[in-house]
Amino acid sequence: MSFPLLTLTAAVPAAGAILTAAVPAARRTAAKWLALLVSLATLVLAAVVFVRFEPGGERYQLTESHAWIKDFGVRYELGVDGIGVALIALTALLIPFVILAGWHDADPLETKSSRWRPTQGFFALILMVEAMVILSFEATDVFLFYVLFEAMLIPMYFLIGGFGDRAHSGSDENAAAQRSYAAVKFLLYNLVGGLIMLAAVIGLYVVAGNFSLTEIAEARANGTLEMATNTERLLFLGFFFAFAVKAPLWPLHTWLPNAMGEATAPVAVLITAVVDKVGTFAMLRFCLGLFPEASKWATPAIIVLALISIVYGALLAVGQRDIKRLVAYASISHFGFIILGIFAMTTQGQSGATLYMVNHGISTAALMLVAGFLISRRGSRLIADYGGVQKVAPVLAGTFLIGGLATLSLPGLAPFVSEFLVLVGTYARYPVAGIIATTGIVLAALYVLVLYQRTMTGPVKEEVRELPDLRVRELAVVVPLIAVLIFLGVFPKPLTDVVNPAVQHTMSDVQQKDPQPTVPNVEAAQ
Amino acid sequence: MSTTAVHSLWTTAAVEPLNKIPAPHIEYTQLSPVLIVVGAAIVSVLLEAFVPRKGRYVAQVFLSVLALAAAFAAVVALAAGGYGTTKAQIAAMGAIAVDGPALFLQGTILLASIVAIFTFAERRLDPADHGHKVDSFAAEAAAVPGSEQEKAAVKAGFTTTEVFPLALFAIAGMLVFPAANDLLTLFVALEVFSLPLYLLCAVARRKRLMSQEAAVKYFLLGAFSSAFLLFGIALLYGYAGSVSYATIARVVDGAVVSVNPALADTMGNDVLLLIGFAMVLTGLLFKVGAVPFHMWTPDVYQGAPTPVTGFMAAATKVAAFGALLRLLYVVLPGLTWDWRPVMWGVAIATMLGGAIVAITQTDIKRLLAYSSIAHAGFLLAGVIAATPDGISSVLFYLGAYSFVTIGAFAVVTLVRDAGGEATHLSKWAGLGRRSPLVAAVFAVFLLAFAGIPLTSGFSGKFAVFKAAADGGAGALVVVGVLSSAIAAFFYIRVIVLMFFSEPKADGPTVAVPSALTTLTITAGVVVTLVLGVAPQYFLDLANQASVFVR
Repeated sequence: MSFPLLTLTAAVPAAGAILTAAVPAARRTAAKWLALLVSLATLVLAAVVFVRFEPGGERYQLTESHAWIKDFGVRYELGVDGIGVALIALTALLIPFVILAGWHDADPLETKSSRWRPTQGFFALILMVEAMVILSFEATDVFLFYVLFEAMLIPMYFLIGGFGDRAHSGSDENAAAQRSYAAVKFLLYNLVGGLIMLAAVIGLYVVAGNFSLTEIAEARANGTLEMATNTERLLFLGFFFAFAVKAPLWPLHTWLPNAMGEATAPVAVLITAVVDKVGTFAMLRFCLGLFPEASKWATPAIIVLALISIVYGALLAVGQRDIKRLVAYASISHFGFIILGIFAMTTQGQSGATLYMVNHGISTAALMLVAGFLISRRGSRLIADYGGVQKVAPVLAGTFLIGGLATLSLPGLAPFVSEFLVLVGTYARYPVAGIIATTGIVLAALYVLVLYQRTMTGPVKEEVRELPDLRVRELAVVVPLIAVLIFLGVFPKPLTDVVNPAVQHTMSDVQQKDPQPTVPNVEAAQ
Repeated sequence: MSTTAVHSLWTTAAVEPLNKIPAPHIEYTQLSPVLIVVGAAIVSVLLEAFVPRKGRYVAQVFLSVLALAAAFAAVVALAAGGYGTTKAQIAAMGAIAVDGPALFLQGTILLASIVAIFTFAERRLDPADHGHKVDSFAAEAAAVPGSEQEKAAVKAGFTTTEVFPLALFAIAGMLVFPAANDLLTLFVALEVFSLPLYLLCAVARRKRLMSQEAAVKYFLLGAFSSAFLLFGIALLYGYAGSVSYATIARVVDGAVVSVNPALADTMGNDVLLLIGFAMVLTGLLFKVGAVPFHMWTPDVYQGAPTPVTGFMAAATKVAAFGALLRLLYVVLPGLTWDWRPVMWGVAIATMLGGAIVAITQTDIKRLLAYSSIAHAGFLLAGVIAATPDGISSVLFYLGAYSFVTIGAFAVVTLVRDAGGEATHLSKWAGLGRRSPLVAAVFAVFLLAFAGIPLTSGFSGKFAVFKAAADGGAGALVVVGVLSSAIAAFFYIRVIVLMFFSEPKADGPTVAVPSALTTLTITAGVVVTLVLGVAPQYFLDLANQASVFVR
């Protein structure tokens, strides 16, 4: 029995959440610092996981296994592969910035009652989400994963519904109504997805008799566990539906713009950069790992949906008037790329998809958090309310531009590497899909640059004339994120080294080999 | 029955010598839980008669809790002594089974009753009236609402301490109900627990007319369903020549049983079996609150004093499902293929009906009533599994559910305005801002009702659905999952209301309860979370307890 490092990565934020929630009402600032320290401690633990993980070693490392609910065939089983390590690192990296960016988001407007403690709740909920997300990246037991997948909805729900963006048009009451609409929509979509997955989880138990990812995969590989084709397909669909809602994949995406629009910017980052990654991660680990045949069967349809996501999300992003909703639709487009990469079933595609998850997390965080700073200054989310900001607040505009350029995958910034890999990987197997996906890049350039142009350039609008530039706290959020983007853009090797072996395992799960590169037979043509 | 048959019954009875009636042999040890509660109930009546009014409350609460705790200790001792497993047997001359399911359910009923009695005894919530502490029950139940007599009773500080003996009798009936091993005992137990419940529903302190209306509705419909049950019993007797479960089961299986000459014409007639069985089932499904026999639930839940509602919703359901399980698994295993399709229909209608109608409710007690109907549907899915897993999952679910329910209704008693409990949903707006703790606790209960992981509701639901899927009822699982999604909507609506709506200026206040209600709610939360996170020990218990003695 080795040191339970993985448990600790989740236990620390969970314990931190409880402690933060228990801080007395008057000591708001103490709660914030406590939450920040806990998230940094988690980051250190995640770094230890990253270092201790040997890319060339066993598929699942740092494993832990304890009896949990014997009756359901459930064990508390943890283990990470390279994909999990990368995403744990992403989560642990982003949370301190989310906390720092949301430093004042939950300050009570006026002291209503001594027992109402929104600030403590806000930071406790963020840490709770972090704990559940990290543990879900580590779970190698399907049931344990399911429990976390569902349970994390509750803190997310309170974060969206309880702490809305203060910048809104219209009355407070209207905003509150929209916010709780967004929160309920988020919860219901994901809950329905989760409940359908529950049926599939139960079905899996009936077929397999246990929930251990490794045992089931092994039994399937050596033929001791046969699944009827139809059973496997139904179970796959049950799982995939839940993940596609979470990811989100067109046409199950409609909750995301509402949720991201109404939530505060840090919470929006939490949704799209962290929590949604659980969906795409689970496609790789559970859909492909447990149901390889059904995955291959469903691939054409999923690729079509992913392509629709890419183009549709990008087109709607172009048409948005609300900055946060624009980023939300851009995210939908990016999730299309991730899913495309996963189901292209090539090494490059899946490596690219995994890198994409990390890079999208960081680039969206950068863009969204800066946008949040901007919005909190002006008090409006509408693009039309801005103009000429770069003359007033050059640093803000500059960082916003870098975040935007990362979102449109400019070479030299991290997302370029992953997007390129996804496209190459897709093209190798599905050339047409690869070509269609490329339009997503073109549209990305359009929505990012138009957004920048309308808000930052041009004549300075009256309302933004007094806009202060980024403060120290805000710089402390943005600068490290940009540094990471640049670092991973020019030197993605630390990440690819960890991810690639894991992708090889996934590829062997689905018994796929990369298509051989073919050179058109020039001589024969002549 | 033909005249000759009647004649032969007469003559046979006349010929048989009287000394053939065996002296009843009663296993006092095995029956001790029931006996303790019945004894306490009788003593409790005597207390009502002889203890001065001032001392009654303390004496009654003390006696009730003591008796229930002692009965629970007896159940534990019996279970520890192996009476639930290896020494399971049929006691009291075939009338009562002492086996795993019986002991498990009796334990559950007793624990739930103890915490429910705490809410009965709560006297801190309402402001003192004329200097007398008051509880949830009418000063003088017999006084006409609004009459001079009632005013005088209130002024004199009367309290209806009769609720304690009534509750004890009801609990005694509930203890026998899931253990009943013949149809007559089943019927007697049903009446013993139903009649006190009808009365308890009628004695609310506030909204007395509504409470009395609820009681009358409950009584009329309950009497109707009892009649069904009784008629069904008569038909089954005609079919099998006996009311004993074991004998009926043998006749169903086609074993040759000595034919009672008086019943020669009817015995073995499948028409009698099927109709009789359907009628008995109707009676039980009524108590369970399954669609289409659920009509009484919302009105009664709403009108009854809330502590009684909580008690009824939890304990009655446990007892009734216990009886249903025993009937289906012990008496009619040979008929599984006949009852399964019917129960499929009932389960689907109950799950969907409860969940869909709940959406439109605007009263928290009615909402919880419909939610209890939906939960009855989930439980039926486990019953239908017809496997040992099905039994243990239903046992576990009942234990988990009863604590959530009692806890939730206990919270309802806290939220009050000038007119007593503020049960209209609109009044709950912004409760999370005013009393974060109470709202958070209620949210935990709602999430458990919705079956969110890490609460007992999820463990129970998972167990039941797993058993159903294992038992070949995959379609039921899908319906169950869908209705869970529908149900989640209205649980979440309440959470939205509590946390995301602005509090109203004239909103209700949250009363600070005494240690009694606090204890009830705490027990509810603890059980909900423990069964959600680490249910293994209790699943083991339920597994060990899942074998019926025949």
